Amino acid sequence: MIQPGANLGKVKVAILGSGNIGTDLMYKILRDPGHMELALVAGIDPQSEGLSRAKSLGIQTSTEGIEAILADPSIRIVFDATSAKAHIRHAGMLREAGRIAIDLTPAAQGPYVVPPVNLGKHLDEPNVNLITCGGQATIPLVYAVSRVVPVRYAEIVSTVASVSAGPGTRQNIDEFTFTTAKGLEVIGGAQQGKALVLLNPAEPPVLMRNTIYAVPESDEVDEEAVQASVERMALEVRRYVPGYRLKPVVFDRRQTPWGTKPVITMLLEVEGAGDFLPTYSGNLDIMTASARRVGELFAQHLLGIRGMIA
Amino acid sequence: MKAPRITDTTLRDGSHALQHQYTREQVRAVVQALDQAGVPVIEVTHGDGLGGSSVQYGFSRTSELDLIAEAAETAQKAKIAALLVPGIGTRKDLKAAVDRGLKVVRIATQCTEADISQQHFAMAKEMGLEAVGFLMMAHMRPPAALVEQALLMQSYGADCVYVVDSAGAMLPQDAYARVKALNEALEIHVGFHAHNNLGLAVGNTLAALEAGADQVDGCLRGLGAGAGNAPTEVLAAVLDRMGLNPGLDVFKLMDAAEYVVAPLMPYQPIPDRDALTIGYAGVYSTFLLHAKRAAEQFGLDPREILVELGRRQAVAGQEDWILDVALDLVRQRERP
Repeated sequence: MIQPGANLGKVKVAILGSGNIGTDLMYKILRDPGHMELALVAGIDPQSEGLSRAKSLGIQTSTEGIEAILADPSIRIVFDATSAKAHIRHAGMLREAGRIAIDLTPAAQGPYVVPPVNLGKHLDEPNVNLITCGGQATIPLVYAVSRVVPVRYAEIVSTVASVSAGPGTRQNIDEFTFTTAKGLEVIGGAQQGKALVLLNPAEPPVLMRNTIYAVPESDEVDEEAVQASVERMALEVRRYVPGYRLKPVVFDRRQTPWGTKPVITMLLEVEGAGDFLPTYSGNLDIMTASARRVGELFAQHLLGIRGMIA
Repeated sequence: MKAPRITDTTLRDGSHALQHQYTREQVRAVVQALDQAGVPVIEVTHGDGLGGSSVQYGFSRTSELDLIAEAAETAQKAKIAALLVPGIGTRKDLKAAVDRGLKVVRIATQCTEADISQQHFAMAKEMGLEAVGFLMMAHMRPPAALVEQALLMQSYGADCVYVVDSAGAMLPQDAYARVKALNEALEIHVGFHAHNNLGLAVGNTLAALEAGADQVDGCLRGLGAGAGNAPTEVLAAVLDRMGLNPGLDVFKLMDAAEYVVAPLMPYQPIPDRDALTIGYAGVYSTFLLHAKRAAEQFGLDPREILVELGRRQAVAGQEDWILDVALDLVRQRERP
């Protein structure tokens, strides 16, 4: 399956979309390419800062968008950092051309993936979706609880610095909450999920913070087992998001629609790596870091490498 | 000055003080009393708006949709309103509330984030609702910045934009300057929502009217978050004395406050130590009960928590920061 002229042991990847997310992802891949070779950054805006940065780093660029990617058959994996609307169009074209799409938009044309939870199941899919930043941050922890004790209800509150919420999020805030809530159920394992998102305009900007509440089915919880499972998961996420910081889990009892129930509260802060975007943009960092991680695991899978650490 | 339109929010802002435990019977009694006293708009929702029932803010005892339906069935003349905070409530919640008889939606954002409300205004107008914008925590930004945000809401189709003193932190000149600026810049109505944390709810409401406010809010007995809001019955009496009574029956509102609302109140909101701290520190009024609870749980003074939240520039809805701050304060104390 190695293309002629390919860099042996590497899979060629391209980034579609040269905005903030695409550019931050470019820096992450260049800093730690693993088994990927960044062959192309494709945008549509010739004035884009992302494209000129890519060019100055010696990366091939194009303003032809998806067409440039389709024109190069050696590109196997495509990170789509455009918009949901654009990705719905791109998804079919990429599938037809036999390319793997890693979708950073909320379009959700393929299954949801959260790298430390379920990526292994979807490595043969032609298209995977990264849900939302709030989902990438919180779903691993809901899963960490639900693998110890069944979760009746999971609720997350994501607070993001205003300057770090782009127009896509702002104009589609309902979709952010729906998609994240669904991810809490489908991937996190909660019977019912709810997501809230808050924007904070403080100066200097606040780091992304998330609160995760899990209400278990049972009235008793093995607190030590939950704490240990959650810490193990946080360690797992820190391997690709170093600024993923969790306070000790708080166990509490509260009034709920299911009676007085234990409530497991997890307080999480996400500081970005500052590859391109500022460190307070932990919300964007966790998307690009997850995307890089997903890309690396797909690349290893294509190369027939198993069980390697990205 | 003109006679303002009054919106009573005992059944929404007051829901915070009751920790969202309103029953259908209570809603029916309050709506009946307000409607008969001539109050034209009655807001009924979870304190944090549609979809607010949560661990974060407290679960509703009775579904807000059932409470809205009860209110809509009870009111003969008054229109039923609901609060919707984008990021918490969604268009799905709005649609469900309209099916239960909702006529007015008040769409609230932090006063710097109006552009997250566009899809909600669009849907409200599409469904033929009256749509009111709510710029929360408006003390945090100067008048010119609020004007920019209010213009966005106007462009999305708002029929009115409120200056909302969610923290009860404004002085009368602050309320005046903000309402005046909006009034001069907008083609639509301007409103003002007060909290009494500095003891200025009625005074600030009068300053807003002086600046040209078309709509103002009240709660019977001031029943609302923090030290509560401008008492509707007091506003009615004062407006009547000023010759600006918009058609309210002052005695009936006094009776509603005295015999319907006072008996169901868990406490009378006043600017006591903690509520006053909220106004003084400029934090969201609904933090009051959550901060008291965390303080008790961790052996802290609620004021330490509230002042620290003010320092961190916490915004509307960030109740989860209270626990975070309490844990940080405990850790600081334990450090040698």
